[in-house]
Amino acid sequence: MPKDSGIGASSKRREDIRFLTGAGNYTDDINVYGQAYVHFLRSDVAHGRIVSIDTDAAAAMPGVVRVFTGADFASVGGLPCGWQVTDRFGQPMQEPAHPVLAQGKVRHVGDPIAAVVAESPEQARDAAEAISVEIEELPAVVDMKAALSADAPKVHDDLTSNLCYDWGFVEENKDAVAAAFEKAAHVTTLELVNQRLVANPMEPRVAVGDYSRATDESTLYTTSQNPHVIRLLMGAFVLGIPEHKLRVVAPDVGGGFGTKIFHYAEEAFCTFAARQLARAVKWTSSRSEAFMSDAHGRDHVTKIELALDADNNFTALRTETYANMGAYLSTFAPSVPTWLHGTLMAGTYKTPLIYVNVKAVFTNTVPVDAYRGAGRPEATYQLERVIDKAARELGVDPIALRRQNFITQFPYATPVAVEYDTGDYHATMDKLEEIADLAGFEARLAESKARGKLRGLGVNCYIEACGIAPSNLVGQLGARAGLYESATVRVNATGSISVMTGSHSHGQGHETAFPQVVADMLGIDESMIDIVHGDTARTPMGMGTYGSRSLAVGGSAMVKATNKIIAKAKKIAAHLLEASEADIELKDGQFSVAGTDKSVAWGDVTLAAYVPHNYPLEDMEPGLEETAFYDPSNFTYPSGAYACEVEVDPDTGRVTVERFAAADDFGNIVNPMIVSGQVHGGLAQGIGQALLEGAVYDENGQLLTGSYMDYAMPRASDLPFYTVDHSCSTPCTHNPLGVKGCGEAGAIGSPPAVVNAVVDALRRQGHDITHIDMPLSPSRVWAAMQGE
Amino acid sequence: MTEIQMTVNGKAVRGTVEGRTLLVNFLREDLRLTGTHVGCDTSQCGACTVHVNGVSVKACTMLAAEADGADVRTIEGMAAADGTLSNLQQAFQDHHGLQCGFCTPGMVMTAAALLKENPKPTEAEVRQYLEGNICRCTGYHNIVKAILAASGQDVSAIAAE
Repeated sequence: MPKDSGIGASSKRREDIRFLTGAGNYTDDINVYGQAYVHFLRSDVAHGRIVSIDTDAAAAMPGVVRVFTGADFASVGGLPCGWQVTDRFGQPMQEPAHPVLAQGKVRHVGDPIAAVVAESPEQARDAAEAISVEIEELPAVVDMKAALSADAPKVHDDLTSNLCYDWGFVEENKDAVAAAFEKAAHVTTLELVNQRLVANPMEPRVAVGDYSRATDESTLYTTSQNPHVIRLLMGAFVLGIPEHKLRVVAPDVGGGFGTKIFHYAEEAFCTFAARQLARAVKWTSSRSEAFMSDAHGRDHVTKIELALDADNNFTALRTETYANMGAYLSTFAPSVPTWLHGTLMAGTYKTPLIYVNVKAVFTNTVPVDAYRGAGRPEATYQLERVIDKAARELGVDPIALRRQNFITQFPYATPVAVEYDTGDYHATMDKLEEIADLAGFEARLAESKARGKLRGLGVNCYIEACGIAPSNLVGQLGARAGLYESATVRVNATGSISVMTGSHSHGQGHETAFPQVVADMLGIDESMIDIVHGDTARTPMGMGTYGSRSLAVGGSAMVKATNKIIAKAKKIAAHLLEASEADIELKDGQFSVAGTDKSVAWGDVTLAAYVPHNYPLEDMEPGLEETAFYDPSNFTYPSGAYACEVEVDPDTGRVTVERFAAADDFGNIVNPMIVSGQVHGGLAQGIGQALLEGAVYDENGQLLTGSYMDYAMPRASDLPFYTVDHSCSTPCTHNPLGVKGCGEAGAIGSPPAVVNAVVDALRRQGHDITHIDMPLSPSRVWAAMQGE
Repeated sequence: MTEIQMTVNGKAVRGTVEGRTLLVNFLREDLRLTGTHVGCDTSQCGACTVHVNGVSVKACTMLAAEADGADVRTIEGMAAADGTLSNLQQAFQDHHGLQCGFCTPGMVMTAAALLKENPKPTEAEVRQYLEGNICRCTGYHNIVKAILAASGQDVSAIAAE
């Protein structure tokens, strides 16, 4: 029987009521009395030297408050990078300055040059057009390999080249891997592109900076996944505002998918300008601006080689990847192709030797950073594509080849530095075969054929690392941040509870799922518990939400704090019941003395904590409020097996996804409805990557896909109903809830399934095709069928 | 500047707008009806969908002055006066048809227009009708399911949860 409350129940989302009635409070819904509006003048060339900026005419336009240029930011810090990668030779990465407004040079289309603050958004926009900027255009570098040639124009004049770093992992294994390839019975090689994507949360970014002269306090309302991170980065590194004078609020946020993790120039600008002007300054991104200022995702070019012995066991894996950083280092960009990618290259397989090489490259394009999955989709795509190709070359069943090489003993230390605590990859594959009805494929194939369509089946596995941790380890790997999470559980006198979490909900349903956990632990009704998040003034220092960490890390902090509450409440109950603390049991919101009928209710204890008339004041402080910080001892490792069936139209090359099934192991589940929803959304983004999406630059660095007219977002008619299952569960062994994380799985596991399916469909038709790069648009598939 | 008046969610309103003021800006900024959202600038995403004289319209693509004298309905006007969700809104909650909530007002307004035109749509008809509304969170699965359920059709066979 499904549960109707607590852990494991599909509780309906309480936040839905406000979203369904237009009562949400998104950043653009916030207006501060007296606010002005900013419009940014952005570079329309990819690379150039700013010769002059004349703002006189703009400053004289109606309603203009002030025009800012790079000169106003000469003494202000640049946007910091939060992760320093050390290269193969022990040297730190090259780390260029990232100014708020361009200093002397522009380096990508969309780089902000000047900002007009005016009384209305229209006046700001009109005046920005009156700014006269003379730019000496320089040759742009767009292609990564070309950017590394000796005579390539440099994106940053003060760096030695366009190479950010050349990373090897595990460098000590390089020779052993090469030796294993020498001995291999079979080697499969695949070159592929994991194309550049734009995250595209439906809410564009917004920032409202405010300043109080009375208290010398700044407030920034912003569309962020992690307000404390923004407060730390902007306060300490950009503007020099101490935390106690800076409040960052991220209210309802309309989707993030990674791109709202990062600290952006517009946030610093609005906060800075509000202090300069002593009035609030608001910026609302248009979608066109978002395409050229939100950090992009992916953009890897990879060669992967898989070595197998005569029995088809994987013996070694070697990859060489070029990873595009764009023109500047976005907040966590260097970590994505390295520690979030190289550490996952073992996948679900017991390959004993792995070497990953990554060259990160600066180009005259929008910075690239984490996007749903961040490094893990890139790892999964390469690995699962090369395994599929190997199976075809060897003439063996791709599922059997995978099963033969599965890791089956846990814990399992991979050759790429991580230790999987639990998993059962045969179980998820068994489940997939059942829910995808793989046995029925041949019949569906025949039916498609009868309609003149080419049907194909693609299957793959994935593994993900969620809840990045622990802080001392990631510090050694270059993170300039801790990766714990916090929670304060504030029990009120009458028994209701506010839980202040450092994680942030922007669609994940924390306001519903988190109370389920606390209610379950205390045996009280979920409706007595509210979640507070997204405001540095109201929540303890927390690291926010990304990398599927909220429940595994933030939830664990909440469990820790709730356990402290229970411990103290039991002491109070023992006093009220005149019993020994060791004999007190908490069940269904009642504290009772074991073996007796004596009990007090939750509300009696909470009232006693705040009205301590009958209370052990000599032993214990009044009040019932506890804070906990949780720093995980390891990542969590969700895994799964996915199957996609496509039909290809042989006349047009159009691909349609006919069936998609996902069998995931997320460990324990708090709210199955929400978990399924997370998987659905991830699948749509992964299928979108496989078939539709791609950010395209021309050779001059002009962004050709700068709006929804030319960047193909997946729509309802592009997608099928999905079959998802998460009944296979190997609970995480090292966090108190046994949970693993589900936010990115769909986006990680689905692209290879789709591409494997299309290749399968074409090969069944006799086309000698081993690979087509994403997105598998009709033109690309049609060209492949024509042998082009 | 132009004087305009219209009925919004059953209430008579008036305002003074520039010729270039879009209906969505008039609703959001002048009337403070911030449930109608702006997600793009090319009339592609549908987050701003409202009903004008009973027809669904992208409020980013209509001038406020064009709506002079019109009867406008926004997401704020979809629930009953006592706050009870409409059948369609309730279906979105019951079937988890929303996550971040940003596209939701447009989805609800578009779906309401669909069900008015076609009270028992097929799955394909629902998906086709939503071509002008983009959701980045749900993968559409539960949106389509919610709309089919709101039309009174049995959705129990569609993959649970």
